[in-house]
Amino acid sequence: MKAWYLIPLAVFIAMLVFLGVGLKLDPHEVPSPLIDKPAPVFRLQTLDTPSRLMTSEDMRGQVWLLNVWASWCGGCREEHPVLVEFAKTRAVPIVGLDYKDQPDDARRWLDNLGNPYVTSVSDADGRTGIEFGVYGVPETFVIDKAGIIRHKQIGPITPEVLRDTILPLVKKLNAA
Amino acid sequence: MLLKFVFPLLFAAMLTSAFAKEAAPVAADPVAEARLVKLSSELRCLVCQNQTIADSNAELAVDLRNEIREKIQTGMSDAEIKDFMVARYGDFVLYRPPVKNTTLVLWIGPFLLLAVGGGILVFNLRRRRHAGADPELSHDDQALAESLLHTDSTKETT
Repeated sequence: MKAWYLIPLAVFIAMLVFLGVGLKLDPHEVPSPLIDKPAPVFRLQTLDTPSRLMTSEDMRGQVWLLNVWASWCGGCREEHPVLVEFAKTRAVPIVGLDYKDQPDDARRWLDNLGNPYVTSVSDADGRTGIEFGVYGVPETFVIDKAGIIRHKQIGPITPEVLRDTILPLVKKLNAA
Repeated sequence: MLLKFVFPLLFAAMLTSAFAKEAAPVAADPVAEARLVKLSSELRCLVCQNQTIADSNAELAVDLRNEIREKIQTGMSDAEIKDFMVARYGDFVLYRPPVKNTTLVLWIGPFLLLAVGGGILVFNLRRRRHAGADPELSHDDQALAESLLHTDSTKETT
């Protein structure tokens, strides 16, 4: 009979566990339904030469990152030096999707802060962003040789994210 | 006179026409407009997560309203448009989450808790009834109690 008195305590502890886990979750990180699905195909003007179009099909056959960025985005400024350093290692090509941005501002941004991208394409009206389910820049997609999205990083890439998540995944996908 | 009245009026007219311009594509087709409002108020804006796409003024919400409007104009059904949104942003965009394995706890959790609570209540009530009425005091106990009460009160008064 004594055990009955422990029930409220047990319920309380269970609640603490749930709340504790809840505190660690970021409600802004919504799992993407696009993981393990083919990346949406885009065909957009490149940032450096608008007369030249680039399509996502050009990257077929290699593992690549699609980094969604914009010159107006605060998180991107934080992320940018990490990307510039990372690009020097030539571990994986990074394509930039310049999301809802003024091309002039974007070009100036890359001139001033360095350009980690093999190419940047301009998604001025944000339609490609919608196709990719982008809701908060910066976002980064890891896309495999067959054009399947394997991972989505929401928010700025940090050296830890690169080391613990993205690089191991890229290595695995390259080996496949 | 002119400065005081006509210019403010002109200014006001300009303002209203500016507003009218923004609403024009919607008002053009009242049926599509009603569908847009209904659909967008069932979809969550992922930038400001407690607002619907209809309520939010975040840039993404504006873009998505335009996207939905275009889809309505191309003749897509409400279900198709919702599928389009879910395919890109996940079930989280729906204010009414669908019943499936991952959302089962969400849907039946409250009923489960109610059942458990009700069960405990019924169990306790039964147990109390089986315990029966208060046992009657024996004659001796009654006498003892009375004597105790009596001595107690005399002590207090003295």
